[in-house]
Amino acid sequence: MTHGDGPDAPVTSQEVGGGAPASPTAPVDDAAAGSRLSRRAIIGTAGAVAGGLALAGGGFAAGRATASPLQQHAYDFFGAHQSGIVTPQQDRLHFAAFDITTDSKARVVSLLRRWSEAAARLMTGSELGAGAAGGAYAAPPDDTGEALGLPASGLTITFGFGPGLFDDRFGLASRRPDQLIDLPHFSGDMLDDRFTGGDLCIQACADDPQVAVHAIRNLSRLAFGDAAIRWAQLGFGRTSSTTRAQDTPRNFMGFKDGTANVRAEDTDLVDRWVWAERADGQEWMAGGSYLVARRIRILAEIWDRSSLQEQEASVGRTKGSGAPLSGGTEFTEPDFAVAGRDGSPLIPADSHVALAHPSAHGGARMLRRGYNFTDGADDLGRLDAGLFFLAYVRDPREQFVPIQDALSKSDVMTVDYLRTTGSALFAVPRGLAPGSMLGSEGAYVGQELFG
Amino acid sequence: MPRPALARPAAASGAVLSALALSACVPNAAASDQAITVDSSNDACTVSATEVPSGTVVFDVTNSGDDVTEFYVLASDGLRIITEVENVGPGITRQLVAQVAPGDYLTQCRPGMTGDGVQAAFTVTDSGQDVATGDRAEALTAAGDQYLLYVRDQIQTLQDKTDAFLAAYTAGDDDQARALYADARVHWERVEPVAESFGDLDPMMDAREADLAEGDTWTGWHRIEKNLWPPAEGYDLTDAERQDLADKLAADTAELASRVAADDFTITASQIGNGAKELLDEVAKGKITGEEEIWSHTDLWDFQANVDGASVAYGVLHDVVAETDPALVEELDSRFSELNDLLAQHGSIDDGFALYTDLTEDQIVELARSVDALSEPLSRLTAAAVL
Repeated sequence: MTHGDGPDAPVTSQEVGGGAPASPTAPVDDAAAGSRLSRRAIIGTAGAVAGGLALAGGGFAAGRATASPLQQHAYDFFGAHQSGIVTPQQDRLHFAAFDITTDSKARVVSLLRRWSEAAARLMTGSELGAGAAGGAYAAPPDDTGEALGLPASGLTITFGFGPGLFDDRFGLASRRPDQLIDLPHFSGDMLDDRFTGGDLCIQACADDPQVAVHAIRNLSRLAFGDAAIRWAQLGFGRTSSTTRAQDTPRNFMGFKDGTANVRAEDTDLVDRWVWAERADGQEWMAGGSYLVARRIRILAEIWDRSSLQEQEASVGRTKGSGAPLSGGTEFTEPDFAVAGRDGSPLIPADSHVALAHPSAHGGARMLRRGYNFTDGADDLGRLDAGLFFLAYVRDPREQFVPIQDALSKSDVMTVDYLRTTGSALFAVPRGLAPGSMLGSEGAYVGQELFG
Repeated sequence: MPRPALARPAAASGAVLSALALSACVPNAAASDQAITVDSSNDACTVSATEVPSGTVVFDVTNSGDDVTEFYVLASDGLRIITEVENVGPGITRQLVAQVAPGDYLTQCRPGMTGDGVQAAFTVTDSGQDVATGDRAEALTAAGDQYLLYVRDQIQTLQDKTDAFLAAYTAGDDDQARALYADARVHWERVEPVAESFGDLDPMMDAREADLAEGDTWTGWHRIEKNLWPPAEGYDLTDAERQDLADKLAADTAELASRVAADDFTITASQIGNGAKELLDEVAKGKITGEEEIWSHTDLWDFQANVDGASVAYGVLHDVVAETDPALVEELDSRFSELNDLLAQHGSIDDGFALYTDLTEDQIVELARSVDALSEPLSRLTAAAVL
């Protein structure tokens, strides 16, 4: 069946394609790209999308979530903030960082238009262009097809801009936010270029891994010539909760993670610690946020050989219930003053909880959105696995750097059992207003930066 | 509350005890199903069984009170501690596993960690099983003393060899300094967990470049290593800079020696057992990957020294563990021997080792697997010794 109320009227290639200002030396077949994006997908899965891609006066109406089961969920691409931040955290992730391979600002803008339009469509569970099994028989299909028949699966696609976008190529240096720093080297960092940096990023989260991978695959296909994947990371299970309705998941160390996370319902905290404001410096970032991405390998074999006492003392919580060692249950506030027999605190001062707690950092909080990952084994047959740390903050200088610095220097868990192998920071601009028109002349994520 | 299995008639308890003994090795075994529960409230100490057969006994101690609590099993004199669990926060449950011989005992909860707490009689009947207790506390104390002598001896030798190394280094005799470097570090690496337990000294003496945060000053062995084995041109230091590095390392080493020589410096059996495991962790984290000696590539000296240190730590606990877990001793003996034989194929501390960069990938994998094969049983040493 087709989308509920989405008229079967595609954005025509005339509306979308052909109009992008292509650089003369590198002509873009925007018409082809446009047709790939904009022809109506053949199918929509039953119940997947109620709102869909309603085309009214050339603009998309907002997609709506249906009341159907989890994987049927479709989130709205449009809104004051990009999706995929306070959205209830999905179980799967495919994250990709890109190098921009063009020197043309117009090409970057064109890419962001293509990406925005495709993202809006993918999030409804629709195929791109003429779909995976339609279109010209002599041409490759517009959509790669592995999500054919799968519902939207709660897919969110979130775009970010790395420091490289603000170098001398595009004339944007003066618009680089002060918050978008080059992250310092933290004690013990063992960064691998293959997992570090990037001019652009896309975070694709979904409740079906195939849907998340499909999104990155097709978006990177749209980017060839303008941007290329620098590194990418799959996450197989969430390690945080971003809403109160979600259980606290366990990380690869076997402990509950993100118990004290900022949640969507904590609107005061979200406003204070997640969303950038006009007064923060760069007006184009108002309503946006900063995304810290760190690939943290867990020395699993060594951790697994440490005693339960050592594990709990490193974390500062019990392994079973997740209660702080000072007592109570998972959500009991840690009490760092409660001391044991020898007078030292029950929550050791060099434990993860003690060093990361907001009380040690002027109340600073983060909205964490991390994932467990495993990329097989290393050359020595050891699991290459860990936590792909993702956190959204309003100012990395206040919220991430001091906390990470304390952890890297003193946290037993970090020093003895973790190795950070990748690191990146991105400015994640605000969302697109509902009703925005997409397409080759249309609205796109980050448009205030380029406008 | 269902009556715990341990309180069942003797006929059933033999099987239960075997299961419990196994549970020490099989993490997924549901030991808590058969455990004695202890509920420590503000004013009561409810123990689910007052009589158990001798052998391995498991207590699940839950603090239902408002203060931090402790649970003890005391000898009938009410003074001598047989086993204990401390620092149980409110709402927290902690498991205590102990070997208990037949006899009359007292159980005691101490909410608030003060006073006499709440005591009750506790009887252990003879199951006919061997119970490893007796002189074990004494043996463990002796092990601590023995290991302490080893630590002091190694640190003393470290100090002597460091001074000789630094003399060559500051004299500009780089060949001689390079020849002495790995051999001196052996004595650090053998007792590394003890040295690392001094959190202020370790980063000044043994930090690798990657361990530094921005703005940190780099001193110690590896700073000098990079100067002696420069990765490229342009890593020269002036005589004054060398002298400063040498003075600092000599002073820090002397400080370390004076701390381990202090009368109040002691090492417990748990620290020895955990230290043995940590030495193998050091191998797995730094030496097997060639990261420890990234400029000199003398990782195999450190590797052998870590294994030596673990072997000595295991050695002082050997007799105790031979009683509590003979199978573990047998496995550790053979795994240590396999790893040492493998290392011997690449050299020795006396005659020198192959450089890390001379090893083939297959040889490195072979060493890594041998380390894992030893590390896994070695991680059970502490529990077997102090149970």
